[in-house]
Amino acid sequence: MNQNSLRLVWVYPDLLSTYGDQGNALVVERRARQRGLDVSRLDVRSDQQIPTSGDIYLIGGGEDRPQRLAAERLRRDGGLNRAVSNGAIVFSVCAGYQILGHEFINDLGQREPGLGLLDVVSTRGEGARCVGDVLADIDDRLGLPPLTGFENHQGVTHLGPAARPFARVRFGNGNGTGDGTEGAYNDTVFGTYMHGPVMARNPHIADLLLKLALDVNALPPVNDQWYEALRDERIAAATQAS
Amino acid sequence: MAGNSEPLSPRAKLAVTAGKAAAAVSRAAGRGSGSVIGGKVALRLDPDLLRRLAQHLDVILVSATNGKTTTTRLIAEALRAAGPVVSNALGANMPAGITSALAGGSDARYGVIEVDEKYLAGVARDTEPKAIALLNLSRDQLDRAAETRMLAEKWREGLAGTKAVVIANADDPLIVWAASSSTNVVWVAAGQEWKDDAWSCPSCGGVLQRPGDDWVCADCGFRRPIPTWALNGDYVLDPHGSAWPIHLQLPGRANKANAATSAAVAATFGVPPQVALERMYQVQAVAGRYDVVTFEERQLRLLLAKNPAGWLETFSLIDPPPTPVILSVNARGADGTDTSWLWDVDYTRLAGHPICVIGDRKLDLAVRLEVAGLDFRVCENLDEAVRIAPPGRIETIANYTAFQDLRRRVGN
Repeated sequence: MNQNSLRLVWVYPDLLSTYGDQGNALVVERRARQRGLDVSRLDVRSDQQIPTSGDIYLIGGGEDRPQRLAAERLRRDGGLNRAVSNGAIVFSVCAGYQILGHEFINDLGQREPGLGLLDVVSTRGEGARCVGDVLADIDDRLGLPPLTGFENHQGVTHLGPAARPFARVRFGNGNGTGDGTEGAYNDTVFGTYMHGPVMARNPHIADLLLKLALDVNALPPVNDQWYEALRDERIAAATQAS
Repeated sequence: MAGNSEPLSPRAKLAVTAGKAAAAVSRAAGRGSGSVIGGKVALRLDPDLLRRLAQHLDVILVSATNGKTTTTRLIAEALRAAGPVVSNALGANMPAGITSALAGGSDARYGVIEVDEKYLAGVARDTEPKAIALLNLSRDQLDRAAETRMLAEKWREGLAGTKAVVIANADDPLIVWAASSSTNVVWVAAGQEWKDDAWSCPSCGGVLQRPGDDWVCADCGFRRPIPTWALNGDYVLDPHGSAWPIHLQLPGRANKANAATSAAVAATFGVPPQVALERMYQVQAVAGRYDVVTFEERQLRLLLAKNPAGWLETFSLIDPPPTPVILSVNARGADGTDTSWLWDVDYTRLAGHPICVIGDRKLDLAVRLEVAGLDFRVCENLDEAVRIAPPGRIETIANYTAFQDLRRRVGN
């Protein structure tokens, strides 16, 4: 955190905000404020420059054409890559997750270069679209409770050696590779296929981002009554659906 | 114009009769109105039936993400000034339901037909409409529906070369894109509160600039067409610049917009705006929507809101605080099973209202409202929510199957 206030940047809501992605920004913002932190949230449209001095960047899901447009504009802008080299935390969902990798298949069926911030490559699955509730165990190193989310994607994402699986699915598809992995992360950059939005169902992930940005090991507790009730319900639903 | 083409073939007549019989069986078995099953049986006997039934009518199609059922009712009401109307007034808006509705109106001159967004191009091909009203397009049921811009693209391809007059909302860039392949378009400035599906130019992908009510793509020049009709507060402005007052029993800005579009459609068939708008006053509730019912000695207004754009328009029409509000959300097949869209809705607009949440997905709503910093209660069911609601008429807002559950519970 390089200023007195935590700077939260929501990347390209005009293109990548199809699945309630604003929710992730709202949850991070809310949980920071509940801890008495001063937060400023900046929503950056795709005709604006990405600031390089943010602490946490969120990038969401979108349809195929907006995904290509977002990748083109982010490559041209270069700001997100500079922010990451400055130590910023990035959390990405679905189409945004694919953009952070080396490449993905765009709406024209062509290989589209990504930002190379995550060591992953995405292709398009041949089988049925992955749609439904997911339950997964988050990588032990992150020390978080199980991941619950809703997936809706055709993409298949393969992890390279420099990316660790964010989670391993118990129910659902995740990365769609058949090896049970879901999402990917390295020290500061995270990607997942989970909607819900994912922070609404997993507020501990919002807290993880805050801890990384603040460089602290713990945060004061907040009342998670409704989050916990929702988690219990959705975890049961994912378990029963399979 | 209508009612003078060839009579139905014996095969088509048989299909109509068989369809009616199936509908009667379905009704007797307690499975709803039977309009869909009747249509399915009839279509199986004569796949060409929809085209044959439509041949005898001046057909008007209505499609949109939101407001199509209501607008269909408003147009039907207005056109009754010019002749008998047949319409799928109950909202059965796919080919089977449409066929069933048309089969019931052999004496009609006009067929006013609500069409599901996904079927518009096909139904337009089969029915050769005289007019098509296009109101708005926005995100809805993304776990199973086509992408919103792709839908606009399909409309654009499907309507290219249509002989129909297209009456389209100039304030919705996706609608303008869809309609602009048609040669005969009447643009209506009907407004658009929800803008988050139209920041990208539907033509080139550039970022749309939206100064005031205008919109333009700085990259390719695609821009808002000049409307000939407009909604202006409580008035409809016609192409001659005359302002006609809108008197509706239906609440809200969105329904005034629907009335403006309906007046433009009616004018296409020679019904003057004044006559059309006066007739629209008759429309009270549409398939239970906007109905005020008494339940447990309390007054409840039933409001349907199926997607972010619909919720936004609904928030703008409810009574101010401290009017109590009950919210109900399900995520069954017909609703879409991904509840992420709740986070696109600005619930802070409900600040000051006592709020109760119910429905299959009340916990998703609870987290949503908690993060919005609102006070709320989570209730098991409608009975409990009504029991604890403070005095006053209760605004009850629900998505699709949740709305059906509410109607069933209150006996509406």
